[in-house]
Amino acid sequence: MIEVKNLTKAYGSFVAVKDISFKAEEGQILGFLGPNGAGKTTTMRIITGYMPATAGTVLVNGLDIFNSSLEARRLIGYLPENPPLYTDMRVDGYLRFVAKLRGVKRAAVDAAVEHVLRVCGLDEMAHRICGQLSKGYRQRVGLAQALIHDPQVLVLDEPTIGLDPRQIHEIRELIRGLAGKRTIVLSTHILPEVSQICDKVVIINDGRVVLEEQIAQLPAGTSLEDVFLNAIAKEGHLPGASAEETLEEVGAGHAN
Amino acid sequence: MRNALVIAGKELQGYFVQPVAYVVLTVFLLLGGWFFFALLRQFDEMVQLVQMMGQAQQLQQMNLNSRVIEPLLHDLSIVLVIVMPALTMRVFAEEKRSGTYELLLTAPVRTGEIVAGKFIASACFTLIMIGLAWIFPIILMVFGNPEVGVMFAGYLGLALLATTFVAVGLFTSSLTQNQIIAAISSFGLLILLFVISWPAEAGGGAVWSLLKYLSLPEHFSTLVRGVVDTSDIVFFLSMILVALFLTQRSVESARWR
Repeated sequence: MIEVKNLTKAYGSFVAVKDISFKAEEGQILGFLGPNGAGKTTTMRIITGYMPATAGTVLVNGLDIFNSSLEARRLIGYLPENPPLYTDMRVDGYLRFVAKLRGVKRAAVDAAVEHVLRVCGLDEMAHRICGQLSKGYRQRVGLAQALIHDPQVLVLDEPTIGLDPRQIHEIRELIRGLAGKRTIVLSTHILPEVSQICDKVVIINDGRVVLEEQIAQLPAGTSLEDVFLNAIAKEGHLPGASAEETLEEVGAGHAN
Repeated sequence: MRNALVIAGKELQGYFVQPVAYVVLTVFLLLGGWFFFALLRQFDEMVQLVQMMGQAQQLQQMNLNSRVIEPLLHDLSIVLVIVMPALTMRVFAEEKRSGTYELLLTAPVRTGEIVAGKFIASACFTLIMIGLAWIFPIILMVFGNPEVGVMFAGYLGLALLATTFVAVGLFTSSLTQNQIIAAISSFGLLILLFVISWPAEAGGGAVWSLLKYLSLPEHFSTLVRGVVDTSDIVFFLSMILVALFLTQRSVESARWR
């Protein structure tokens, strides 16, 4: 379960994320949508503990990502915007490294590597050098490293970007198959992807949540595209208006 | 600790698949060989000169340690000032640029463990490099009879000096994502630590003696002369710890920006 509570992130005077809150339940796949620069990547970086929030907090299975950072980070598998590959390592060596780093037991490392190589369709690429892989394969290796420790929570920043249509289909199937007892948050620009594999959608615009809804409860007959464009257009009349106040409090806190 | 070793293992492997490490190693050993050759030639000429003049007593005083090994170690220390920044510049800067930093910082690993792992790997590679430079004393031992203990002390000094360079290099690399900036600033810091006592040569007073204490050659040359003084070893170890502490702070603070 991921609970994002009143999250605010300021880079200097630029406020990327303004008082956003949403919740992804166990077993749920949450689609995280928004135009470029809306704050998706920033939010995901805070959820995974890469950077702290200016205000607000994130609970991962009840653990605070800031106060119980190590324990919370242990639960998360994360695919960043750019797959974090060491370009001079071989795929299997890289995955073995990530497995150990993520705390997979020594005896279980080989099995874990074999498993993710198989589910991500990387069997034949195991001995290739990461830097020489095509964009699609890099993306798959990125996904493989996110899955290596069989995490309970998955955070995927545009997992299907750069893949060909067949691969996209495979990866979607894979993600859907992973859900089960896991919590998955994925960001994407491909709207049909959300209606196909997600249970819930959160749309953010300009750093605020403009829509949080179960896919099943979206008005019948309207496409997600209409919902998306509507939500973005109406921005400002929706929850999130209290963000200004929060920001002022934060600013005052810093001044003191 | 396990995490630190995992990172160290990966980093150390990295050194052996990268051209930079081999270039550093080659430059270090080739220049070392050249200095060694030059010093031996000078020694040889000197011996012949003394022999011609038939001064047996002076011939007894001709010493391989002070005439070859000591100046060689000082030359090597200068080569290290130049090549070590190239070895350490990528350690953090590269990770930041390529995005793998995100992998490291979101893994359930403490920043201290990341810094320790990277330091262990770079220090190991450096010690291998200095180990290979034992070729010069070994040649001397085959053809002459230098004092082994003094050479050990000198090489201990060189190892401590190089490890200090590693720690300083890690610190500057952690400050930036640009490898050139990392290399130049670590180069600058190392040079500064070499010449920091220059204005203090003449003067007394607390500030001057502090500058003198911080000067790397001050402590290095004692070891090179064969004097193993605990205070010099403590000096190098504390320099390393301070640099690593600053590195850890800098990695930690990067999260907050």
